[in-house]
Amino acid sequence: MSDHRTGRDGLEVTGLTVRIAGRTVLDDVTFTVPPGRRVGVIGASGSGKSMTSLALMGLEPTGAELTGSIRLDGTELVGMRDRDRARHRGSGIGMVFQEPATALDPLRRVGAQVAEPLRLHRGLDRRAAATAAVALADAVGLPDPAALLRQYPHQLSGGQRQRICIAMAMAGSPAYLVADEPTTALDVTTEARILELFERLSTERGTGMLFVTHDLAVLARIADTAVVLDHGRVVEQASVRSLLDAPQHPATAALVDAARATARRTGGPA
Amino acid sequence: MIRRLLARPTGCFAVVVLTLLVVLAAVSLVWTPQDPFRADPFQQWAAPSPAHWFGTDAAGRDIASYLLAGTRTTVLVAVGSGIVASVVGIVLTAIGSLTTRWVREGTAVLLDILVAFPTLLTAMLLTAVFGGSLGVVVVSVGLSFGVTIARVARGEIRRIARSDYVVAARASGVGPLGVLTRHLVPNAAPLFTVQLSLAMATAVLAEAGLSYLGYGAGSDTASWGNLLADLQTYIGVHPWSATWPGAAIALVVAALSLLGDAVRDATDPRLTTGDRAATGSPTATGTPASDDPPPGEPTDDDPATGAPGADRRAPDGTTTTPGVTA
Repeated sequence: MSDHRTGRDGLEVTGLTVRIAGRTVLDDVTFTVPPGRRVGVIGASGSGKSMTSLALMGLEPTGAELTGSIRLDGTELVGMRDRDRARHRGSGIGMVFQEPATALDPLRRVGAQVAEPLRLHRGLDRRAAATAAVALADAVGLPDPAALLRQYPHQLSGGQRQRICIAMAMAGSPAYLVADEPTTALDVTTEARILELFERLSTERGTGMLFVTHDLAVLARIADTAVVLDHGRVVEQASVRSLLDAPQHPATAALVDAARATARRTGGPA
Repeated sequence: MIRRLLARPTGCFAVVVLTLLVVLAAVSLVWTPQDPFRADPFQQWAAPSPAHWFGTDAAGRDIASYLLAGTRTTVLVAVGSGIVASVVGIVLTAIGSLTTRWVREGTAVLLDILVAFPTLLTAMLLTAVFGGSLGVVVVSVGLSFGVTIARVARGEIRRIARSDYVVAARASGVGPLGVLTRHLVPNAAPLFTVQLSLAMATAVLAEAGLSYLGYGAGSDTASWGNLLADLQTYIGVHPWSATWPGAAIALVVAALSLLGDAVRDATDPRLTTGDRAATGSPTATGTPASDDPPPGEPTDDDPATGAPGADRRAPDGTTTTPGVTA
């Protein structure tokens, strides 16, 4: 089904199944990220959340057997040769990782790491890419971007590193962004600001986002609809509101109860 | 980088000793105090004097001159073994990491077997076939260290290839060649540097050892190993004489071993940019949570338009501007 405003189909995942060494890690997973919308993926540890994001990027571990369909605005990605698949990484779908401390090469200045995908996807030369990197760093809310891009990753704070990772992921102006627990490693203040950034980017640029999280507060904040994974299967798929208010599946209910219990203990909002 | 290298005591020591070695080797090409091979039967076991700085040996040869002439051999062995080890190491690492799965597995098994093959045995085999020479020392030490380098590098490359930053780079669209040149090679280089420096240090030791056993340089070549072998037979009578080549070997080996570590440390931004960070970088202020500015809501900062909104995003009270100016 094509989106009327954009004329794009969205990121459609149909019957996605991943087997690693005979074990089924993802089983018949089906969901769609419409253009410009934010979809959450929740589930307990080991439910297949991260495998879903890696499979979308075509970065599943070697030896993983992948069947089903992943359509990127109509283009089938499953079964594509890796060379062709690589062309969609960063420009079709970008990805932000959980741990900004390790997702940046410790030996390269962050500016070079942001400029790299800019050169690849926009065909910019070194100088133009450096200029574009400063603009991009500014767009993701980094202070004094020109000076900051000359730093090495260890010289930045966790929040700044994650902004750099987001800049890297957005460099190819991808239509969709997969964010795998992007705020889990951050403190709450920084988390709120990074979530604001994701909201702003998706609103301004119409980037469809898939938010993998185990944190229901984050989910409620960022996503419109959500997919609940349990043991590699989609057990529930609904608007975030109804998932939180009236969970249908025991796995969803367990996640919601656990979140409520934590909230009561810490006195925070459910 | 040179300045950072010299700023470390170990780096400074290594650089000074090795520079001196190379300079002395160059000098020995044109000048030595005496002819290093001229035996003077009237000057046996002369004590150190202005004419014979380090004294003379059993044949009345000037030890200082012989030692000086031997620096060339030492440099040749260290550099030669380093080159052989690098070539062998890089080629085997490339085969073991970049080819198809079966070749990789096969190389891994082969490396495990080769690593267990003693350097000395290689040297003896080569000597049996080609006769003892410096070339045998260079090739045998180079080969065995090349194998060691490849074996260690293989694990390192696998670790790096699975690291988050390589996966993140691939996710942003960087291809295999980009990953190799921009992430794998630079991140494996420190390990390679350390191993290479150890290989060169071992080569100098091995030359001394092999020459001592008669598998190294011929007696017509001035080498520290030959000198040590000659002098140690008299060590009970003239203990000081053997000290000179011994000390020279120890100094050079220590300098070579330390050089790798020092170079690695001097090129690691995590160790070398700490002082820059302390001048006002956000991380050094100890308030990592507060240095994220409240994200403004600019609407016109799309990088495609190239319009940076830096002026609007002036740091407010909670924002720490990185104090680094390049």
